[in-house]
Amino acid sequence: RGMLSDSRVFDAYENRKSKSFIHIHAMKVKVLSRNPDDYVRETKLDIQRVPRNYDPSLHPFEVPREYTRALNATKLERVFAKPFLASLDGHRDGVNCMAKHPKSLSTMLSGSCDGEVVWNLTKRECVRTLQAHEGFVRGMVVRFCGTSFFTVGDDKTIKQWKMETPGYGEEEEPLNTILGKSVFTSIDHHQKEGVFVTCGQQVDIWDEQRSSPIRSFSWGVDSFSCVRFNPVETELLASCASDRSIVLYDMREATPLKKVIMNMRSNTLCWNPMEAYNFTCSNEDYNLYTYDMRYLDRPFTVHMDHVSAVLDVDYSPTGKEFVSASFDKTIRIFPKDSGHSRDVYHTKRMQHVISIKWSSDNKYILSASDEMNIRLWKANAAEKLGLLAPREKAAVNYSQKLKEKFQHHPQICRISRHRHLPKSIYSQTKELRVMKEARRRKERNVRKHSKPGSMPVVTEKEKHVVTVVK
Amino acid sequence: MCLNNKLSEGDKINLSDLIGTLDKTPSALIKTKKQLKNLQHNQSTLETPLTRKETEKIQREVAFEKTSKEVSRWQSVVLQNQKAEQLVFPLNQEPSGPKRIEHVVAGWKAQTPLEQEIFSLLRMNKQPLHDPVLTPTEEASLRAMSLEEAKIRRAELQKTRVLQSYYEAKAKRGKKIKSKKYHRVQKKVMRKEYLKQFDEMVKTDPAAALEELKKMELSRMKERMSLKHQNSGKWAKSKAIMAKYDDGARKAMQKQLEVNKDLTQKLVIPADEDEEDEEESAETLPDFVNDVEPILDQVNPWMRGKLSTEPMMEESNRLDPPVWPREVGKPGEGQDEQEEDEEQMEETEEESLLRGFEERRKLRQTEDKAEILEISDYDEEAVEISDDDEEAGLSNFTSLFHGLVNHMEPPADQPKAGPGLRQGESPALLEEGLVRVRTLEDVELLSQDISTSDTALLTTQILGTEETDTQSATQQADKKRKKMIDPNEVLTKEAKVIEMPLAPTAVEDVEDKEEQRVIIKEAFAGDDVVSDFLKDKRKQEEAGRPKVIDLTLPGWGEWGGLGLQPSRSKRKRFRVKVAPPPPRQDQKLPNIIIAEKRDSSIAAHQVCQLPFPFEKPIQFERTIRSPVGRTWNTQNAVQKITAPKVVTQLGAIIEPIAREDLIKDNRQAVTGPSINLESDQGPQKKRRSQQKKQHKRKKN
Repeated sequence: RGMLSDSRVFDAYENRKSKSFIHIHAMKVKVLSRNPDDYVRETKLDIQRVPRNYDPSLHPFEVPREYTRALNATKLERVFAKPFLASLDGHRDGVNCMAKHPKSLSTMLSGSCDGEVVWNLTKRECVRTLQAHEGFVRGMVVRFCGTSFFTVGDDKTIKQWKMETPGYGEEEEPLNTILGKSVFTSIDHHQKEGVFVTCGQQVDIWDEQRSSPIRSFSWGVDSFSCVRFNPVETELLASCASDRSIVLYDMREATPLKKVIMNMRSNTLCWNPMEAYNFTCSNEDYNLYTYDMRYLDRPFTVHMDHVSAVLDVDYSPTGKEFVSASFDKTIRIFPKDSGHSRDVYHTKRMQHVISIKWSSDNKYILSASDEMNIRLWKANAAEKLGLLAPREKAAVNYSQKLKEKFQHHPQICRISRHRHLPKSIYSQTKELRVMKEARRRKERNVRKHSKPGSMPVVTEKEKHVVTVVK
Repeated sequence: MCLNNKLSEGDKINLSDLIGTLDKTPSALIKTKKQLKNLQHNQSTLETPLTRKETEKIQREVAFEKTSKEVSRWQSVVLQNQKAEQLVFPLNQEPSGPKRIEHVVAGWKAQTPLEQEIFSLLRMNKQPLHDPVLTPTEEASLRAMSLEEAKIRRAELQKTRVLQSYYEAKAKRGKKIKSKKYHRVQKKVMRKEYLKQFDEMVKTDPAAALEELKKMELSRMKERMSLKHQNSGKWAKSKAIMAKYDDGARKAMQKQLEVNKDLTQKLVIPADEDEEDEEESAETLPDFVNDVEPILDQVNPWMRGKLSTEPMMEESNRLDPPVWPREVGKPGEGQDEQEEDEEQMEETEEESLLRGFEERRKLRQTEDKAEILEISDYDEEAVEISDDDEEAGLSNFTSLFHGLVNHMEPPADQPKAGPGLRQGESPALLEEGLVRVRTLEDVELLSQDISTSDTALLTTQILGTEETDTQSATQQADKKRKKMIDPNEVLTKEAKVIEMPLAPTAVEDVEDKEEQRVIIKEAFAGDDVVSDFLKDKRKQEEAGRPKVIDLTLPGWGEWGGLGLQPSRSKRKRFRVKVAPPPPRQDQKLPNIIIAEKRDSSIAAHQVCQLPFPFEKPIQFERTIRSPVGRTWNTQNAVQKITAPKVVTQLGAIIEPIAREDLIKDNRQAVTGPSINLESDQGPQKKRRSQQKKQHKRKKN
């Protein structure tokens, strides 16, 4: 190209010469002249100037061409979809709970059925091990400042620990220990204040400085499985109880706010970090339900796809998606307003997934499962990790856009949706589908043969809610 | 005790003192007494308090109401985030790049005398010192015009500028053309245009039209004062000498006089309706002030009494070389030419002044003697050119005037039509529109004129007439053109076809059905449906049959060029015959057409159902049709189109949305999209679009 431009310059020079020559002979010749600035780059380091003609007639078949590109992009996405990154092994019992560090991306805590461990994710190694409780570690949470963390266990204690590793010769001792009356099943910390909440027989709100709860809520229930602070409206709480209910609280009020009773028990719940009033709960009936806390009489989305009880759920920090862990040995990622999952992760060796976390940079997912392992996954299976060159980034964006544009075309749709599943899950899915269809058919038949109006149509959303207790 | 002791030391308080205070307010005492009595009399028991369960329920409901109201404040933020084209996480990012100096040195104070002096100066001139980077006047101007408005305005200005430059370039090109004929044609077109415009103006803007008329009057006065067109110049004299022998010269002189007459004809400005009569009289009675004495000789212009009759005048008007109406403005007119013209004009005027009237009279007397003076053609031409401009300008007005007189109605209608239209459209806008339209029409008319004039030239050559007769030839051409006017050529804009929604027809009763059937039968009596169908089918069969593909390339291996055919053998060799397709499915079904367009291999890739959010296939097709890639779009457009919906920063912790964001958002919503010049420092929601806007505003 350099040669070419040089020759052009030379041509121009020649032309000028010939022009002067022509002048002598008083002849008129028309000459093509170009400004070298238009095609010669200033330095070698500059990008080559590529003149482009956007005339559509010069670039025909735009739709078929882009379709082919979209198809290729979709196929490549499936080729590169390798979400599994690492397995953190070292626990000697099933991992029961995990906690994210609010200030450090590379730090993660996990509690197993016999003790607990602090992990460094970038090195994929265990940084510190401590025997926190006798028996299960039921829940753990890092204080908002990241300097200490709390754990609750089967030994009816709440312990506060320093985040720093104790120096040489120092003993591994908790900063603070609170002895409770009953077993605590879950713990969560306030977003900004020194207040935390535990649940067990009742929901207790604790001040860090006191050894007795500042407030206790109970509403005719004697066992709670999970309690969570709202990360946005920080005074709000929600808990899952064993009487199949989800209860809402306000820390400032003396009484709970409202309770919704569902068909089956909810295991855990998670608030949307970007939408103050939305939360999702994982249910025993294989589904997840997203509620607007103002309208508890029906969930606004039912997320189906799991084939066994859903044990844990965590929102992505962007609030656009959430990930769920299930007893069926899979992890599924759901867009927050879609009824079905966009992706499913599973490994041969991964057993019942008990706990799940979405990392706070929106890139990774951590799953803790029965078989003593913690697994690190990519949140987007085909995403390339690390820094991208600008052109790479542009290419990724373009292919993403193409996929979005042609997403309704059958081939692209088929390829992008295709996932391999373990046989057991696949067959179970099929079975569930058959069951559901049968139920639907029966209901239809019953409706057909009963008095019109006597069998009202109940939507999927309304089906799962029993009552709302005020 | 201690306190009591202290009190006892000072002044003692007795019971009587307390009663004393009661005495001061007897009304209160009485009131309490009454209340006590009432209580004693009242024997009804208090209601039992609500049970704990019920009170708790009420408490819960109240608390829930309160919290749900509190939470609902987020609704707008949530919706906004859902609709946002792009969300950049973490939300409360500090804007990258260098910070403005005011923010960095917020606590800084002027200390040295020099600094103090500078600041005092700034303060005196009302220049911004710290936070509001703009002066009050600048801020006011910003408030006066929003960014969008400014953009629109700028775009408008750019457009007009571009149009102007186009026009100028065009005019320059036109100016460079040396063909006299071209210019003549051009001028004619302009004049026509001007006339039309004036007619418009009479209807729409009577005041402006009046002014034009006044200008005309002024030009008339000038003409009366000058000796132009009075056949007193050198050229005229020479013509006068030639006139006896040369018919053309005579005609030329005649024309000059006609021009003079046209120009000096009095125009009456139709100010009032009362003056209309006068106007008529003015029209019927031409001004003969400058006319020569009446001699009744048809051939010799000098012997003629009446200088012109109505039809002749029109003809002359038509023949007059068209000129740019000066008043309308000729933006691209090169000044050089004008200057040249003016020089020549001055010469002629000097000459004419030198000769004066006496010479003219003398000439008239010595006309019979007819001395033959040799005057070169070149001179004659020069004079013609010099006269051209002004004369045409003047004749312009006269023709205009005639147009006016012909349409006596419009001035009368002026007051009615005027104000309504003027309210609607501003004059500036109107002008812009006119300019554009004119340019377009110009091009068309020009091409027409050139072609016609060319034909005229050809005819003249064929006929072998002399140069002096070209004028008459053009006249002929003009006539031809008049006949050949085609509405399609004239009307550049296509007529609007207004699609009227079909009026809902009433549903006919069952009884009417028979009638309808009959009517339909009658209506379609001529149509042969069966044969049509057969024809259709045959056509489809034809279309389905494969065509022979000819791949011969002329010039490969043999000579190529105009009129040369590739050899037969070659044609035979490169002709690809395609195998016949499988027999049609409807081959043996005479009254069925089975479309065989559907390609099963393609069908696998086609969307068979309309996807969910779309309501019409067209909408969906539109989204598919527009390409996204760099091949079809510019770099910036591609970036904009393919921007991802969610952008996260590598290695940054995304924290939950904070309550401060809500407060900020609400404040913004209250104040509206005001111009926020301060860079956002606290945690704030950042949508790409907002950021961009702010950046732009900063630049502004």
